Amino acid sequence: MTHLTHNPDLTSSVIYGLGWVYLLMFLMNAYWVRRSYALDGNCRLSLGGILGKGEQIPVAAFWAVYAGMLLMVAVTHLTGWKNPQQFSLQMPEFLKEPINRASNPVAFFIGSTTIYVLMIVLRKWWTTPTAGWILLNLSILFLALSVTDYDFRQIVGKPDNVPIVAMLYIVGFFTWLYFKKSVDNDERTAAGRPLFEQENNEKVLTWPDLVYSELICMVLLTAVLIAWGIVLQAPLEEPASAAKTPNPSKAPWYFLGLQEMLVYFDPWMAGVVLPSVILVGLMAVPYIDFNKAGNGYYTFNERKFAVSTFLFGFLPLWVAMIVLGTFLRGPNWNFFSPYEFWDVHKLELLNNINLSELFWIKGLGRPLPVVPPGATFAQQAPIILLREWLGLVGVAFYLVVLPNIMAATVFKKYYVKMGFLRYMVLANLMLMMMSLPIKMVLRWAVNLKYIVAIPEWFFNI
Amino acid sequence: MSVGDYIRGSQIWKSIFRHPAPVDRRNRVVVMLTNFFLHLHPVSVKQQGIALSYTWCMGGITFFLFLVETITGVLLMFYYRPTLEFAFNDILALRDVTTLGIMREVHRWSAHAMVITVWLHMYRVFLTGSYKPPREFNWVIGVLLLVLTLLLSFTGYLLPWDQLAIWAITVGSNMARATPFLGYEGPGAQLLNIGGYDLITNGSDARFLLLGSRFVGEATLNRFYILHCVAIPLVVSLLIAIHFWRVRKDGGISQPL
Repeated sequence: MTHLTHNPDLTSSVIYGLGWVYLLMFLMNAYWVRRSYALDGNCRLSLGGILGKGEQIPVAAFWAVYAGMLLMVAVTHLTGWKNPQQFSLQMPEFLKEPINRASNPVAFFIGSTTIYVLMIVLRKWWTTPTAGWILLNLSILFLALSVTDYDFRQIVGKPDNVPIVAMLYIVGFFTWLYFKKSVDNDERTAAGRPLFEQENNEKVLTWPDLVYSELICMVLLTAVLIAWGIVLQAPLEEPASAAKTPNPSKAPWYFLGLQEMLVYFDPWMAGVVLPSVILVGLMAVPYIDFNKAGNGYYTFNERKFAVSTFLFGFLPLWVAMIVLGTFLRGPNWNFFSPYEFWDVHKLELLNNINLSELFWIKGLGRPLPVVPPGATFAQQAPIILLREWLGLVGVAFYLVVLPNIMAATVFKKYYVKMGFLRYMVLANLMLMMMSLPIKMVLRWAVNLKYIVAIPEWFFNI
Repeated sequence: MSVGDYIRGSQIWKSIFRHPAPVDRRNRVVVMLTNFFLHLHPVSVKQQGIALSYTWCMGGITFFLFLVETITGVLLMFYYRPTLEFAFNDILALRDVTTLGIMREVHRWSAHAMVITVWLHMYRVFLTGSYKPPREFNWVIGVLLLVLTLLLSFTGYLLPWDQLAIWAITVGSNMARATPFLGYEGPGAQLLNIGGYDLITNGSDARFLLLGSRFVGEATLNRFYILHCVAIPLVVSLLIAIHFWRVRKDGGISQPL
């Protein structure tokens, strides 16, 4: 008796495709066994005393066992794909359950920020080839197992979302490469040896050294683009209809970080002011970074502040927000866990509250000052200013007073070196960047909606 | 005398390539100086400046993808008509019947790839500190090119005229409604009025300027088509030229002068 379901976790084509993925992983790791045998040496295996003092065995043996398992899994897939009902290799429910339950925007942001911190703190550890290889294998295994879930597949498999998955691997790889080269250079500097970039830095002729690599690169890329075009068809949905609004309606994927900010900010902030600040801030980078070190070579130790700030803006606040907006935001922009069905009727309680309401109603136990309907601007202004005074003072403190306090304390060295104008630009850019995580935390901690809420003037912060 | 020697000895060949093949040091220098395309490069470069693990090649790949977009884009323009009547059906035909309709796939995937490679190029330039003096201004031009790449991608997103297209553009352009002072739902817009008449309405604000209409319609399609195929590529080409020229004038891609 076969169990028929409209949303099967496993289908023949999924199992067949995964078979090739595991076969590829086997080949990758077969290569790694060879590499490990040549480079990694031996370790002592005692299995907790069972083998006595233990035997010297090559580290490569562990990789060989792993590669052998991958081969068996691949063969199982490639021979068993015709009977998806009897196939049992898939993401187990006991893993899906806790992942689904633990997933929410708070955990996501805290998680991505934690990874960002660990990446910097543990940079010596995770940039070794073996650690990088383990991380790569784990991420592919997670993805391959997750594809066996119907709901996961619906979202990640959308043609326009495939580039984002590729981007994650590419960004991850280059971040790894950056830290690896930085750790190497920082160790060289500490030991008084020349930088990697200073060794073998003779001038060579552009023809052939550069033009040939350019040619090879162009040929390879052309092949990749054509193959990609053949394998994956560009999306084309129903003809446009102004009457049928899809739910969720999403901007193109590279703007989904901005769309995610709409959860915490009004459109004028999330869609206009903050993007402008990002661009102006990027353009200002060369003019506010007075540190002359680190020009033309990879280093972390010599540019800790600049690199940490940039990485925080790029990884948790941009790339991770795109991932959140693309893969985890469903109908009505509700949060959906990776293995959760995108239910249009999912309800989320919204009991967000403005700072003015917290102050007047909860704090003082008095009603909010009310603007009479039909009031002119001059009549509105004093009432609104009275109602929102706490938020306005808070924002003014944050953007005007706080930079000065920082100049006298934590950023004293910067202030002295940069001068007033450049320091103020830096401080305000930093504070604008931090306004997003701050509003996130305020939302999660006290359900705060707006710090300043003046809907009469479309001015909500 | 072989055919090859005959061709290379002919007047036509010599009028195009003014020196022998670049197989010795002298001619490898000369080829870089006499060829229009190659003279974008210097004659010689520092080894680290072309090491793949250092440059990641992302700037070059971005430029190559821009060329791919131009070529496939021109081919697509032969078939595609930006009107409500034809737009969707032309894309459908590109998918189902047109010979080499795969150009649309290549165009779209290259566009996605270009957004990613621009980010990675910027990532590399930042992480190697290559924006530091004397290259500050070229970084600024680079940021402008980043914005224009995103705008190219955004305007192109509308052209297939399917549900994905118009609603992505609707969501994206709704933000312009909230532009301070210039959007009719933006803070400060109500201050801009003369004798009680609002200057900024939903028929005159920043969003209307972008869409050419109060909603994403035929005027928007036309406007985005021209921005996508003519206006933005022209500006991008100019900025790319300046970007490359400045790389040369500022002493290569990286490292202090």
